[in-house]
Amino acid sequence: MRGTSEIVIHAKDLTRTFGSFIAVDHITFDVHAGEVFGFLGANGAGKTTAIRMLIGLLAPSSGEAFVAGHDVYTESELIKRDIGYMSQRFSLYDDLTVRENIRLYGGIYDLTGKEIRERTDRMLTRLGLEDAANDLVRSIPLGWKQKLAFSVALLHQPRIVFLDEPTGGVDPITRRQFWELIYETAAAGTTVLVTTHYMDEAEYCDNISIMVAGKIAAFGAPSELKKEYCVDSIDEVFVRLARPAENEAAQADA
Amino acid sequence: MSALTGLLRKEVYHILRDRRTLAVIILMPIVQVVLFGYSIRTDVKNVRLAVVDPSPDNVTIELANRMTANGVFRNVATLRSPDDLEGLFASGAAQEAIVFENGFAERLARGLPARVSIITDATDPNTGSAMQSYAMAVIQDYEQRELASRPTGVRIIPQVRMRFNPTRESSNLFVPGLMAMVLTIISAMMTALSLTREKETGTMESLLVSPLRPWEIIVGKVLPYLLIGFVSVLAVIIEARLIFKVPVVGNVVLLLAEGVLFTLVSLALGILISARTSSQRVAMLTALVGTILPTLLLSGFIFPIESMPLALQVISNIVPARWFIFIARGIMLKGVGLAYLWRETLILLGMALVLLGVSTRSFHTRLD
Repeated sequence: MRGTSEIVIHAKDLTRTFGSFIAVDHITFDVHAGEVFGFLGANGAGKTTAIRMLIGLLAPSSGEAFVAGHDVYTESELIKRDIGYMSQRFSLYDDLTVRENIRLYGGIYDLTGKEIRERTDRMLTRLGLEDAANDLVRSIPLGWKQKLAFSVALLHQPRIVFLDEPTGGVDPITRRQFWELIYETAAAGTTVLVTTHYMDEAEYCDNISIMVAGKIAAFGAPSELKKEYCVDSIDEVFVRLARPAENEAAQADA
Repeated sequence: MSALTGLLRKEVYHILRDRRTLAVIILMPIVQVVLFGYSIRTDVKNVRLAVVDPSPDNVTIELANRMTANGVFRNVATLRSPDDLEGLFASGAAQEAIVFENGFAERLARGLPARVSIITDATDPNTGSAMQSYAMAVIQDYEQRELASRPTGVRIIPQVRMRFNPTRESSNLFVPGLMAMVLTIISAMMTALSLTREKETGTMESLLVSPLRPWEIIVGKVLPYLLIGFVSVLAVIIEARLIFKVPVVGNVVLLLAEGVLFTLVSLALGILISARTSSQRVAMLTALVGTILPTLLLSGFIFPIESMPLALQVISNIVPARWFIFIARGIMLKGVGLAYLWRETLILLGMALVLLGVSTRSFHTRLD
């Protein structure tokens, strides 16, 4: 367990409605500094809405939330400096080179020219992308793009990094390598909140929450959850939680 | 390195690396000046004229010669009787005919009213009335001079005069409209497209999650297009001067400043469009229907506002291009300054402020 006792994300009864639709329904959870927190759920379960509230893209309808000690209602500008974010679509500019993308985000986060150059070189070496530094992002493979996007989200050394389905569409080996990067990041002290619908990835997390229809249906360490539900994998936990109605129907058919 | 510089540099890369967009931005103003310059013509030249003169005489021959003297009319047929006119009009061989009555000169000499009919092919009503008024002017001019030398009492003869565009060059009129058009395309459509593209690719999210303020994102986005718009207006003015000899009678600096003001209005519209749409295709259509068509049709660019139905005249008031074209025509053709154009300038300024305010706000809350 990498987490410490310091709470970096705190949500209590956090709720977001769109008209009469309740996208996120009174969710309550804490994330500790340095842990890898898995935010699980089927598509449409409310994961992305919850994350958007935490990173200041969306105002909550009710409830409270603090990110890196800042209130999401009033201090979203402070939150933005302390977090990194990688969206489902990698958020890199296709028509800019690898180096230009890094420089752009470095500038946006107010790094000095010297800092940008140093961190760019270090990042390229670590990712093994030195030779592709001046290639357009459009032309590099998806797996590289993904790692680059992750590293760019970490460029300003945020306390927390939010990854919204970072592994969508990449092959299993690349996914594995990507999780190694996540571990390294957490080991260096950065809290990682990651959403995914790959249940095998959930096993890699220190703590997970499983969202079903806007609510947190289960919360805890993967091993505890498996024990609690008497199953061998998080996948089975998820199936029990997410599709009780379908399961019953299936059993009735059988 | 400031964040804004980085954003601006990024935008320049986007523009320079997208060859097709670049080509559109550079070529569009140049090509449009030529296209509109030669295609929108409300002045008439080389009108095919048939003269029906049953009793040729020095008066009728002189009148017929005057018609063709200035290049507006070209005599294609001189007939004795009007019977053949029908065929000439039907085949398009003649567009206009002047028909002198029998004994025209003799009646004039005896102080009797002499009749002349002017028959015009009004298939295209605008061209038709233009041709007709040219012919009227020639005859009235002659009449006036002849009467002045006769002591047969006083007759009031209407004088027709075309001010500001005495030769009725339509290219003089189209340049201000074309500037509005080019600016609308570059500012409103390009901005809307470029912002929606960032929404589509997801990069907009990263910008919004960053510590950048909304105004920084907007300025980083629109400043390059403001610059391109400025250069395009210059290009249009210079090209129109070189090819069509369109003058700028008034203050060029004022004209450019008004151009920038109009560009701001269009940019704000572009931002608004992008805030309400989520795909480039929809943004393109919205920009087309919401900004480019009104600029083309409801601004007085091609169709005079005075001849529109009342409802459209009222609507034209909210089309920014209407005010810009009015201002640009005032400066370019009449040479007037702010003393005469302050009202229209204030309207544009008001539009710019309101729209920029609304668009910044909509940008701020777009993700809710």
